[in-house]
Amino acid sequence: MDLLELVAEPLSYEFMTRALATAVVAAIVCAVLSCWLVLIGWSLMGDAVSHAVLPGVVLAYILGAPFALGAVVFGFLAVALIGAVRGTSRVKEDAAIGIVFTTLFALGLVLISVTPSQTDLNHIIFGNLLGVSWEDLWQVLILGAVTFAILVLKRRDFTLYAFDPTHAHAIGLSPRLLGATLLGLLALTAVVALQAVGVVLVVAMLIIPGATAYLLTDRFSRMLVIAPSVSAACAIVGIYVSYYADTASGAMIVLVQGIAFTLVYLLAPRQGLLGKRLAAARRRRPVQV
Amino acid sequence: MLRTMSTHPFPAASASGAAPAVDVADVTVHYGDVLALNNASLSLESGRICGLIGMNGSGKSTLFKTIMGIVRPDRGRVRVHGGSPAEARRRGVVGYVPQSEGVDWDFPVSVRDVVMMGRYGGMGLTRRPKAADHEAVYAALERVELTKFADRQIGQLSGGQKKRAFVARGIAQGASVLLLDEPFAGVDKRSEATMSRLLRELADDGATILISTHDLHALPELADEAVLLLHRVLMHGDPSEVLQAENLALAFGLDVLGGKA
Repeated sequence: MDLLELVAEPLSYEFMTRALATAVVAAIVCAVLSCWLVLIGWSLMGDAVSHAVLPGVVLAYILGAPFALGAVVFGFLAVALIGAVRGTSRVKEDAAIGIVFTTLFALGLVLISVTPSQTDLNHIIFGNLLGVSWEDLWQVLILGAVTFAILVLKRRDFTLYAFDPTHAHAIGLSPRLLGATLLGLLALTAVVALQAVGVVLVVAMLIIPGATAYLLTDRFSRMLVIAPSVSAACAIVGIYVSYYADTASGAMIVLVQGIAFTLVYLLAPRQGLLGKRLAAARRRRPVQV
Repeated sequence: MLRTMSTHPFPAASASGAAPAVDVADVTVHYGDVLALNNASLSLESGRICGLIGMNGSGKSTLFKTIMGIVRPDRGRVRVHGGSPAEARRRGVVGYVPQSEGVDWDFPVSVRDVVMMGRYGGMGLTRRPKAADHEAVYAALERVELTKFADRQIGQLSGGQKKRAFVARGIAQGASVLLLDEPFAGVDKRSEATMSRLLRELADDGATILISTHDLHALPELADEAVLLLHRVLMHGDPSEVLQAENLALAFGLDVLGGKA
């Protein structure tokens, strides 16, 4: 079997084309958002929100409402609860995040266990790429396009917010609104990625691509290209490997992303472990303040 | 209890009758139960450099935040060039140079990117820079002598250059009031002199400059006036007078100049 056949064979199945399209769209949207999450230091928040949307999605399923609506409501509820616990008690932020998101996630699991159509909902937890319907794909495409468009159009504002919210405020922007918008987009993105890798692994797609790109460049504009490119490539490789090796597709994508990060972490020209050694030998760094 | 030593010797309004550049009147701010500012009053004229002195927790940052409109006072009123802080924000009047600890120096932005952020307030929805914005950024970089380093990642600058990059952001913004938080911390003597000269030029052009600093020795040369803050303005006057040991003892509760060379 030559390479072309190797690539073409899975595509002869419609469910594989849908899986690939879904995974690539989710990978791209998550990767773009991840650039800001890793710079703001919101990785844990990404973890929290992506888990906390579960009860929202289940309730939306029960009520026949759009998944995105339930996800956004519970995403914001999680952030509000985290803020409340941290702000009004001596419990620190990481503990507040841990308490809130696990509780909401558990609520989601309980709701799933009492909801008649169990098989469908269990797919939300681990993803079900190979079972994506045309309807699912459309939802991913529309949500993904909306999220992507907002992120790209307002990218300079989000970057300013991540870098210096005080200055953003001083020149008349609203850091609060920008932060809330990012959190809302985080909840929407979680819904997009649910289809691909499931609630549990969404956070990987929301952190790894941005962190990988961050090690490869000193330019944010380049991060915004590198992260989705790497992420999409990982999604494609992951799906092909899972097809031929007969492994879980969502988990395989995340595994490939983790391997890509590891390679960059070791080999990146300037930030990589080996690259750094070489660079240090070549020149002295400027005085650190 | 501390008593107010003297009111500042500068007239409350200039001869032309224009509003002061910064006017903080009887401002009180609480964070929960913690009192940050207590009836603080401060009036600054255009073209002046003022040093803001006080120990950690004396309310210096809070004073900056009220001037920028980030913190709303419980009582009292803040005016910037006669308008509210909200109006000042819309017009981008107040520029801010953060202290080093408050900046992520590994952030993937170039010096040029940082200075361009000064222009965002006047840009369209997507903040796409126009020719005028690029020109303003270049002019600002030229002013602070950083054109050579425009494409460097912000963390690859020396301590003094980093500060000047943020001053350039304020210049590109067109800010007429500049707030600097510890601009001399971690900056070598030569960079400090460059910075002082730059600030003096900006003040001569009419900018109002408020500097919070621990560098008491540099203050008399740099500043036209100094403010001693301990939740309220204890003293506002000539730097050499404000920096007298007995006055500093009031604000710091100890002999600050005594131990240092």
